[in-house]
Amino acid sequence: MDLTHSPADQAFRAEARAWLDAHVPARPLPSLETAEGFAAHRGWEAELAADHWSVVSWPAAYGGRDCGLVRWLLFEEEYYAAGAPGRVGQNGVSLLAPTLFDHGTEEQRARILPPMARGEVVWAQAWSEPEAGSDLASLRSRAVRTDGGWLLSGQKTWSSRAAFADRAFGLFRSEPDTPKPHQGLTYLMFDLRAPGVTVRPIGRLDGKPAFAELFLDEVFVPDEDVIGEPGRGWRVAMSTAGNERGLTLRSPGRFLASAGRLAALWHERGRDPFTRDRVADAVIGARAYQLFTYAAASRFLDGEALGPESSLNKVFWSEYDIALHETALDLLGVDGELADGELAGADRGWAEGYVFSLAGPIYAGTNEIQRDIIAERLLGLPKGRR
Amino acid sequence: MRFLLDDEQSDFARSLDALLTAADTPAAVRSWSAGDPAAGRALWSRIADLGVFALAVPEEYEGLGPRPVELAVAFVELGRHAVPGPLVETVTSASLLTGPGLANLAKRFLPGVASGETVATVALPGGGPYVLDGDAADVEFVVGEGPGAVAVSDADAVSDADAVSEAGAVELWVSAPMASPRVRHSPRVRRSIDPARRLALPRAGGELLGTGPRIAAGAADALRWARLATAAQALGVGLALLDRTVAYVKQRSQFGVPVGSFQAVRHRLADAKIALEFARPLVFGAAVSMDPADVAAAKVAACEAAYATARTALQLHGAIGYTAEYDLSLWLTKARALRSAWGSPGECRAEVLGHGDGFGRLPRVPRDDLSGGGLRCS
Repeated sequence: MDLTHSPADQAFRAEARAWLDAHVPARPLPSLETAEGFAAHRGWEAELAADHWSVVSWPAAYGGRDCGLVRWLLFEEEYYAAGAPGRVGQNGVSLLAPTLFDHGTEEQRARILPPMARGEVVWAQAWSEPEAGSDLASLRSRAVRTDGGWLLSGQKTWSSRAAFADRAFGLFRSEPDTPKPHQGLTYLMFDLRAPGVTVRPIGRLDGKPAFAELFLDEVFVPDEDVIGEPGRGWRVAMSTAGNERGLTLRSPGRFLASAGRLAALWHERGRDPFTRDRVADAVIGARAYQLFTYAAASRFLDGEALGPESSLNKVFWSEYDIALHETALDLLGVDGELADGELAGADRGWAEGYVFSLAGPIYAGTNEIQRDIIAERLLGLPKGRR
Repeated sequence: MRFLLDDEQSDFARSLDALLTAADTPAAVRSWSAGDPAAGRALWSRIADLGVFALAVPEEYEGLGPRPVELAVAFVELGRHAVPGPLVETVTSASLLTGPGLANLAKRFLPGVASGETVATVALPGGGPYVLDGDAADVEFVVGEGPGAVAVSDADAVSDADAVSEAGAVELWVSAPMASPRVRHSPRVRRSIDPARRLALPRAGGELLGTGPRIAAGAADALRWARLATAAQALGVGLALLDRTVAYVKQRSQFGVPVGSFQAVRHRLADAKIALEFARPLVFGAAVSMDPADVAAAKVAACEAAYATARTALQLHGAIGYTAEYDLSLWLTKARALRSAWGSPGECRAEVLGHGDGFGRLPRVPRDDLSGGGLRCS
């Protein structure tokens, strides 16, 4: 049991802090979910990448710093504590990149990762389909063999960031007549501006085009953009799903910073007695999540795989995130009703954060699916009628 | 940074678990509840033989400690097995007497605590008005403002050189060892919702051991130990409730299938699992830092998780869980009682946010401390 970081890790933290202090924009960037904001965030990724801070855990060859898990966590703590912008490249960095490290070819890594690290190519996830939701095995979009590649057809939906992104990755049915529905799927990457692709932005609850619907009509994808073996996409995708629910999507640094901001707001607003316990719970929850993650990281460094416990993680952070933002809005009183951008200073950002948090229990496998995984795989309960 | 128990700590937990599984702990709990501490005291000595109480006692007083992480490991097991007695209070007393300037007292009482001969109980500011199991303990320590509720029975008995009672000063009192045979069904005892917790108002009379700011400081330190041990015990109580309930819903059938296959049941148990698994690192993180805010956070999270699990356990057991005959009740009632013990959820949450002293604790590493650290900031 040790929570002390080595002198080398402390030096790394200090270096990150100094860089962020010198570079984080003094004024918040416009919302990521606007064309203007998207462009501004790409610029920020390029600035990070110039000094190898955009993907610290990647090998230096692809633009990273070869950092271990603990240093990545320390970097994230510093990043969000410094009030640095949200990460436009997150889908690619935290979902596609780990998949390429595990299942991609050297050629794919060399071609795809460096521009991803610089924010030049922003990736969208194209997994969900109408009527599939968390049941990825029932995907219907097709990949049909053609000369030198594949032709993709079908419809994808709820694709985060696809309104402004450059490329997407997802699963397609390449063998229509397999005995089991999760067989015969192929994991492919495609260009969102390729002929045959139609992107229809969908307004989120607040109207911002945070995701989109994709219509694919015989979109050509060369063989070099298949990840892993054709027909074996399910196994490839499952490693990505574990990442999404687990450590990488919602790092503790983000919640520590949010809880700190909430506690500061509470003190600033005269220690409002009606929200006191919920503010304390937000602080406690952030600490719990940080320490839970340190324990998971320690087990991972001991060589254990991150298993179904990523489902514990997913339910925890997604519900925590909503509770934290609800508390902030309640603390703001009548001003809590105002849409994002109507407030300034410490009051700013909670409304958009709230709308964003509401999606947490829905995406990355709904929390109902996660609770089923916990019940069966961690508690050993009998399989049930869903 | 390696935030996991080491092999020695895990082995220690397993030894304690094996001892308590082999002992008929539920029977000891029931007789303790009825005012007969013999079986509980026998269990106490065996727990002490594994070194549990020595973990709170410094080496110079024949202990192994202080070692809060190992102590947390032990208290999770004690909670899992619903062991009765002033376990938290004995450890807290040891911490209280370890404070600076109290060497005489430490020498006098702590070797007995470490060996298991001395069962102690204690009342401290911030910890509620009662002493636990005062009818079964060998010594009773009380810290409060004096001269007050208790009178000096024998001025010569003041053992500490500067222990002079002043109006409004914080005083440490100890009751003389109880007359033997032990008072059973003492009229002082007030029934707790958990029958195994025998609450009493502190004893009048006794011996003044010390007074002044260092007693107050020592009591504040000791309160951290009380809260940490209670948090760990509550976590253990919650884990036991979850284990027993999972086992029950697997074998209990309704409508021709195991109850545990219903999604409504599975999801409640998944929520209990989540709450307990996120309380666990807070308990051990607090043991590492011993920061008062971290300890208070651990107390809130572990007690809330255990209590929510108790509610789930009762619901999923149905009427059988509502009976005193069935052993589940031993944990159900304790989960409720521990929530209030040694600082209510509200008091502990206030500690997390900082008191009304003009500073707040934010959950971020201080700008001048790059090593890790606890909840404290700003």
